[in-house]
Amino acid sequence: MILAERNNDRLALVSSELSGIGRKLADEKGGSLIALLLGGSGTKDLAKGLIALGADKVLAAESDILEGYNNAAYTEVIDSAVGETDPAIFLLGCTSAGRDLGPRIAFRRGMSYANDCSELSLEEGKLAAVRSVYGGNALSYVRSRTDKAMTSIRMKAFPPADIEEGRTGELGEIEVTIEAGALKTSFIETRQVEAEGVRLEDAEYVVSGGRGLGGPENFEQLAKLAKVLKAAVGASRAAVDAGWVPTHMQVGQTGKIVSPTLYIAVGISGAMQHMVGAGPSKNILAINTDPDAPIFQRARYGIVGDYRKVIPALTEKLAKLLES
Amino acid sequence: MDIIVCVKQVLDHDIPPRDFKVDEEAMAVIPPSNVSPVISNFDEYAVEEAIKLKEAHGGTITVLTAGGDSARDLLKKCMAMGCDEAVLLQDTAFEGSDSFGVARILAGAIRKIGAFDIILCGRISSDWSQGTTALALAEALDIPSASQLIKIDVNGDTLRCERVLEDGEEVVEISTPCLLTTSNELNTPRLPSVKGILMASRKQIPIWAAGDIGVDAATVGAGAATLELTRLYKPDLSTQCEFIEADSLEEAADKLGDRLREDKII
Ligand SMILES: Cc1cc2nc3c(=O)[nH]c(=O)nc-3n(C[C@H](O)[C@H](O)[C@H](O)COP(=O)(O)OP(=O)(O)OC[C@H]3O[C@@H](n4cnc5c(N)ncnc54)[C@H](O)[C@@H]3O)c2cc1C
Ligand SMILES: Nc1ncnc2c1ncn2[C@@H]1O[C@H](COP(=O)(O)O)[C@@H](O)[C@H]1O
Repeated sequence: MILAERNNDRLALVSSELSGIGRKLADEKGGSLIALLLGGSGTKDLAKGLIALGADKVLAAESDILEGYNNAAYTEVIDSAVGETDPAIFLLGCTSAGRDLGPRIAFRRGMSYANDCSELSLEEGKLAAVRSVYGGNALSYVRSRTDKAMTSIRMKAFPPADIEEGRTGELGEIEVTIEAGALKTSFIETRQVEAEGVRLEDAEYVVSGGRGLGGPENFEQLAKLAKVLKAAVGASRAAVDAGWVPTHMQVGQTGKIVSPTLYIAVGISGAMQHMVGAGPSKNILAINTDPDAPIFQRARYGIVGDYRKVIPALTEKLAKLLES
Repeated sequence: MDIIVCVKQVLDHDIPPRDFKVDEEAMAVIPPSNVSPVISNFDEYAVEEAIKLKEAHGGTITVLTAGGDSARDLLKKCMAMGCDEAVLLQDTAFEGSDSFGVARILAGAIRKIGAFDIILCGRISSDWSQGTTALALAEALDIPSASQLIKIDVNGDTLRCERVLEDGEEVVEISTPCLLTTSNELNTPRLPSVKGILMASRKQIPIWAAGDIGVDAATVGAGAATLELTRLYKPDLSTQCEFIEADSLEEAADKLGDRLREDKII
């Protein structure tokens, strides 16, 4: 069973990623793939799309009380679906909702739980997973000791499922009988930040700044370079913690995972927790005053020096090259 | 407002990647000899938030950790920052517990403490990054939870909290008693004051074992773990870096541009 997610009026990308690996594991185990989708109005319609992504059966829970994420309500609905279908494997995304739901449900149901897994397989019928630990310094392989296993999958680690139009499957519904008054948590509102220009997760080029930038105003220089490259601007946690840029620009273990053609790290030392997010980039270019900065061990290109000299010159040069 | 904070002792996350070593045979990390363990990063924000809540609303703060003897040092640090009491949860039966086992240990200790309004934990630990213990603890105690918080406002018996999302924030309300996990945007952890360090040095830290907190040894420890570690290693991710050099940085930037074009990256 997988927990699909909505992104406003679409299925979120994680739903395709979950469908892909879910389908594969179901086939290997000789079972079926059930996809669960929860939400407010429109959920039943959207859920149908999960069949084309590989689900044999879709369970949609549509209710006003599920409009907006609410831990208590979502936990109850998912837990009852798990109780009814008794899945051997339950996969969810390592998203803000998935991370919030998985541990509670797994603990309640006596399932093992492995968070943020980048590979999944079956070993002697048991779910096995690869997870990065110690901020990305080490890789751990774990295997479930219980028959029932739950894991959350790392974003971008699994290829999205192909859409197969015309695929057939069963459509089911979960009746939601929860009363808002009986819940101890309630959803008030979501404030979504619209990315200006390119979204970090989708960007072909990313220019990221760290503590080495020295202040918020210096992100302007990165913005100029980003404009030339049609790149998204990212940051390290140090720059976020300093209050220079908003949280949603953070790249890393507790930020975003990006996979551009070129990742330009400016004034970033290259701590493992940051590289967890920047690592999937095809090429890394580092600009740093310290020749011993760990970022150079992960970079294909490097310039040792002050970014204040390098960035304007590089911006000008790339603008020229891209014009021609 | 009585608060319980759960903190975990971990290897300092600031050690340079090259000093990080793994014993593959033993499937364990070898801590460098010259670095002391620290409080798991997000737990520092939990301690800070507890102190801020206490400053605004009164009450007592109790810090809990399940760990070895050296974990005393971090409990002392929490008290030096401003927490009132600390308890070390220790028993040979606890060794090898997975996150669910630790959640059961913490739940036992919290039941023994009795009444509380808020439990604060970190959103994810700096070492094993399970992101599991805190929410499993909420489940074990059957109380509501809200995770990865960047703001907590007290409003009588309910709290208005903001969670950080991939692309924005979410506002939720939660009734007490409850469990909350912290993200780094929540606050800036303070350093212990000299006076705080002196006060903390005089405080006793009791040890509670399985029997003291009504934890059935069969439900914790290595035997009850739901996950089995089968391999641990340090991946070699290093690449060959081509350093672009020239007489001036401006010229280096120019050369770099050409190189990127040559390699068809732009
Ligand atoms: C549990 C946990 C999760 C974390 N998650 C994340 C995460 O998701 N993302 C993240 O980024 N971090 C994360 N961190 C923090 C991480 O460990 C590092 O502390 C952080 O990435 C450091 O940011 P930085 O490289 O900008 O700062 P620093 O490490 O201080 O590096 C600044 C660099 O700038 C260079 N510099 C200075 N001046 C100049 C100049 N004029 N020109 C060029 N270079 C210059 C310096 O040489 C230095 O290398 C996490 C930590 C923990 C414990
Ligand atoms: N041994 C422990 N003792 C006390 N609290 C813990 C322990 N392990 C985990 N926690 C708490 O649970 C949070 C999440 O840990 P984890 O599930 O390991 O990512 C930590 O930030 C702590 O607040």
